[in-house]
Amino acid sequence: MPFFPASPRARCVAAVCALALAPPLAPAQSQDDAPAMPLRVGGAGKLLLTGGVSSIDGAAGGGLTPWGLTAGYADRHELGATAFASRSRTQDYALNVYGVALGWNDTLELSLARQEFDAGVVVPGTTLHLTVAGAKWHVAGDAVLDSDTWMPQVALGLECKLLDPGAAVGGVLDSVAAKRDGVDLYANATKLFLAPGALVNATVRATKANQNGLLGFGSADSRHYSIEPEVSIAKLLRRDLAIGAEYRAKPDKLAFAGAPFREDDWKDVFVAWAPNKHVSLTLAWVDLGNVVGHAHQQGGYVSLQVAP
Amino acid sequence: MKSTLLPSIALTAALAATLGAASPAAFAQSTAATAPATDDSLYQAFGAKAGLVRLMDDFMARLLADPRMNPFFKDVDQAHVKAQLVDQFCEVSGGPCKLAGPTMKKAHAGFDIDKAAFNALVEVLQQAMDAQGIPFGAQNRMLARLAPLHREIVNVP
Repeated sequence: MPFFPASPRARCVAAVCALALAPPLAPAQSQDDAPAMPLRVGGAGKLLLTGGVSSIDGAAGGGLTPWGLTAGYADRHELGATAFASRSRTQDYALNVYGVALGWNDTLELSLARQEFDAGVVVPGTTLHLTVAGAKWHVAGDAVLDSDTWMPQVALGLECKLLDPGAAVGGVLDSVAAKRDGVDLYANATKLFLAPGALVNATVRATKANQNGLLGFGSADSRHYSIEPEVSIAKLLRRDLAIGAEYRAKPDKLAFAGAPFREDDWKDVFVAWAPNKHVSLTLAWVDLGNVVGHAHQQGGYVSLQVAP
Repeated sequence: MKSTLLPSIALTAALAATLGAASPAAFAQSTAATAPATDDSLYQAFGAKAGLVRLMDDFMARLLADPRMNPFFKDVDQAHVKAQLVDQFCEVSGGPCKLAGPTMKKAHAGFDIDKAAFNALVEVLQQAMDAQGIPFGAQNRMLARLAPLHREIVNVP
């Protein structure tokens, strides 16, 4: 992996491992008199669609933003996995993403995603590669079953991102002092209002990422974290069919470099269909705003998720 | 975050409202789960007593046929459980019934029930409600009143 300096990768691994180890080190939640139950590998005890779909950064959620749900259908005492491939195309750009996620005990989620962003319209022949390693810890609440309270399902997560921008874009990023790696930290609250079949998610993200990390992290103008809100709403039309909308606020740390680098918040509307617990298909219309000199970038998004 | 955020959040909220997303309805639902139901529209949507009896006959057959649920139901007094379920669904849906018998916690104490088992029962119930032609919205209103029972029924958290 010559693209990635050893130290950011080591930081990434350390950060993900720290969160992954948190649940076993946390005080036991189970009652002392409860019988032990063996781990069911491949168990799928969650209800349909209650593991969300795969976000572009690999974490379970909507398309643009992670939710407090853990990936896949593994409930307590279960271990499950998902894999996904997504593609989005706007007027001037294209993004391919693929990745995997593990869900354990409805407590811990580990994810890995790889984004390939076709930036050929800016620098011919250039594809930006962003690798995202994620961990999410479900710390409280039950999004689905606690239907008599306002208590949402709460999760904390991180996304460790490593960018390989290639030589040309890399030179530009160096000139504005944007780093090639960064860690996003987030907290989210997700609630399914069961009677009306409506889901609401709110996420707060601390990030230095420029265009989600595709243009590096921070800049000469702003090296600090920004706190950004993300909101998703969804409505279940049937057990296997949901529609919704998302809004993801983003920092704007490259704007000092000129109008072409101005960054907009991201939005989408989506429909997600899960005919069974092994497959889901998500279609969306995304609005990415201004992306490196190309304004009003909008287009389609399709994502396929499979679970064994 | 840019100045465009606030209008957009307002837009999102408006969209949430048009989608029927919930806040007032959910609040009404929450109170319905704890206070005695004053209207029996949900009970009527389930076909009143006769509809609930039909539902539970089919539900029990499906529970016994489901490999995840069969171990929990094969050795119980099925007629008794069906009658209890009719009374319970009648009561929580605002019908003229009162569930008698042991507490939910006591009634399930003989089994090791985790959340996956609880959800598996919900899935079989959803199939049974589909088979009775109960609309999706009424199914979810019923499930919203029953779901909090997970705190008493799930004994292997």
